Amino acid sequence: MADYNEKILDIHDLDITFNTTAGPVHAIRGVDIDLMKGETVAIVGESGSGKSVTMKAAMGILASNAAVNKGTIEFTYHHADGTQETVDILEKDKKWIRRHINGKRIAMVFQDPMTSLDPTMTIGKQLIEGMVWHFKTPKKEAWEKAIQLLKEVGITDAEKRMKNYPHQLSGGMRQRVVIAIALACNPDLLICDEPTTALDVTIQAKIIELIKRVQKERGISVIYITHDLGVVAKVADYVNVMYAGKIVEKGKINEIFYDPRHPYTWGLLSAMPDLNTEDERLYTIPGSPPNLLREKTGDAFAPRNQFALEIDDKLEPPMFKITETHEAATWLLDPRAPKVEMPEELKARIERMKKEAEGYEES
Amino acid sequence: MVKYILKRLGMAVVTIWLVATLTFFLMNMVPGGPFLSEKAVSPKALAALEEKYGLDKPLFEQYLTYIKGAIHGDFGDSLKQRGRTVMSIISSKFPVSARIGGLSVLLAFSLGVPLGCISALNRGKIGDNIIIVIATCGIAVPSFVICTLLMYTFGVKLGWLPTLGLKTWKHYIMPVAALAFYPTAYITRLMRSSMLDVLGQDYMRTARAKGLNQFVSLFKHALRNAILPIVTYLGPLIAYTVTGSFIVEKIFTIPGLGGEFISSITNRDYTIIMGTTIFLATLVILMNVVVDIVYKLVDPRINLK
Repeated sequence: MADYNEKILDIHDLDITFNTTAGPVHAIRGVDIDLMKGETVAIVGESGSGKSVTMKAAMGILASNAAVNKGTIEFTYHHADGTQETVDILEKDKKWIRRHINGKRIAMVFQDPMTSLDPTMTIGKQLIEGMVWHFKTPKKEAWEKAIQLLKEVGITDAEKRMKNYPHQLSGGMRQRVVIAIALACNPDLLICDEPTTALDVTIQAKIIELIKRVQKERGISVIYITHDLGVVAKVADYVNVMYAGKIVEKGKINEIFYDPRHPYTWGLLSAMPDLNTEDERLYTIPGSPPNLLREKTGDAFAPRNQFALEIDDKLEPPMFKITETHEAATWLLDPRAPKVEMPEELKARIERMKKEAEGYEES
Repeated sequence: MVKYILKRLGMAVVTIWLVATLTFFLMNMVPGGPFLSEKAVSPKALAALEEKYGLDKPLFEQYLTYIKGAIHGDFGDSLKQRGRTVMSIISSKFPVSARIGGLSVLLAFSLGVPLGCISALNRGKIGDNIIIVIATCGIAVPSFVICTLLMYTFGVKLGWLPTLGLKTWKHYIMPVAALAFYPTAYITRLMRSSMLDVLGQDYMRTARAKGLNQFVSLFKHALRNAILPIVTYLGPLIAYTVTGSFIVEKIFTIPGLGGEFISSITNRDYTIIMGTTIFLATLVILMNVVVDIVYKLVDPRINLK
């Protein structure tokens, strides 16, 4: 079993600005994420909250107009001889990252399997490419390994599939292939960027199960980037809720789902479609995410927050510790703040979720 | 695939027949005839000439005679170039044009594709701007200007290259360059936009995430996907270029097929008009079939049915 005490990724105070024609966009404003070996961390947030940008920074594939203002991304890996090395990815140049990190130690599974495979190359060639490139594996050996990988991700007829082109496979199959490609070089860390968003629901569950199984068997760490709280609930050990380039609440899965503290997390949980909600209309968080072109004082979420305090417009809230693992950035947690409870409806929903979860465990 | 090709060839025969029929009647609708000229020809001589070539018969009968001959591979004699058959004119002049045309297509392809790639990879930078300016000029400047400029610079001023005829390899340089100018510019622009499109695709991001080096991902992933529009363009381009260019052949005095197209029309040399038109149509159709087959080889998603 994996050694859980070893920190594999440590993103500290990451701050990124994009220089666009309209002006600088402050996309990431001080993000901290820790990841232990063998753990799964989910990063949740609306589109444009900076989830993907953070992970692209970790892979060194940021767009060329991005500037990292400060922060570190420390990644720890083992050499073939077992010696451990920690590097700050932000200090390395792209060439080094490509050679030593991308695909080899950190691999990525992308959102849309329909477009993330090269349509003019056979599955087999795309699978062995990474191995041949990084480890100089002989083609034949790589081919055998690739067949094993396809079997591992649950593709039947693996030998035959190797010679197929992506368009001959269904969406779910292709996502399995994308996962197999990501696993080809035995990475320590797998980043899944919305891995199930483009798939239909029945396949979604299977792909999630697959990623979970692979993670268990290989003892690798996984980062999920998603806006689907349903997925988060199934896979994550820890959850980071991101809003406007900042992490506003982080904690263990149960802490986020059963004891959320940040009004934004309340909003996200309330906005989850659910069969038992009495209200006929699906809840949405009012307003839209802020335009990061304009710097704003205070809490970025304040304009959309029905529980906002006066101070929210003036000063950005720090992270308040709730438990050893649970933190949230909202002034509501300040001892001087008025006591605000989460909305009644959400409370009822969380109760239901708890009951359902118990039901699962019993059955 | 074999079935597809046979089907396409069957369609080609019909198309060529249509082209031949249309050309035949349109050509005869134009007033005048091959034996009319400024010099007064005696009505008797005219009648004798017309009888010799069968031009005195009703038009439809002429048409039937022509088609019958054409099916048997007989395209008739030239009306103006005494003693030469259409076949012999095409087969003696086509190789000349084909050599120059073939070389210039080759040049255009091997220059245009890399230039387009370089331009796309350096998008917005100085190299891209230079290439785009030159390519735009190449499309905008007509070929007679380019021919004249080349001739003036390298033939007259510098005296490096011969300006007339096709005796040595040196004679080929200027006509090939002049003929390749436009397609090179066109392919460069086409390749640039197609490459930019491909570079933004998700599978290129996948290649980057795999850690592949830029050149590997360019050659193995991007090029093959980006080349399709070029293949499309290449088919008709080859057909039109190997049959010669009137302007380039005139300026460099090359005895090619390109001049024959134009002069046969002004001469009302009916059989040559028919012969060259059918020849060009056949080539265009054949090249399109070849393009379809190449498509299938480049992109496995394309299904030939």
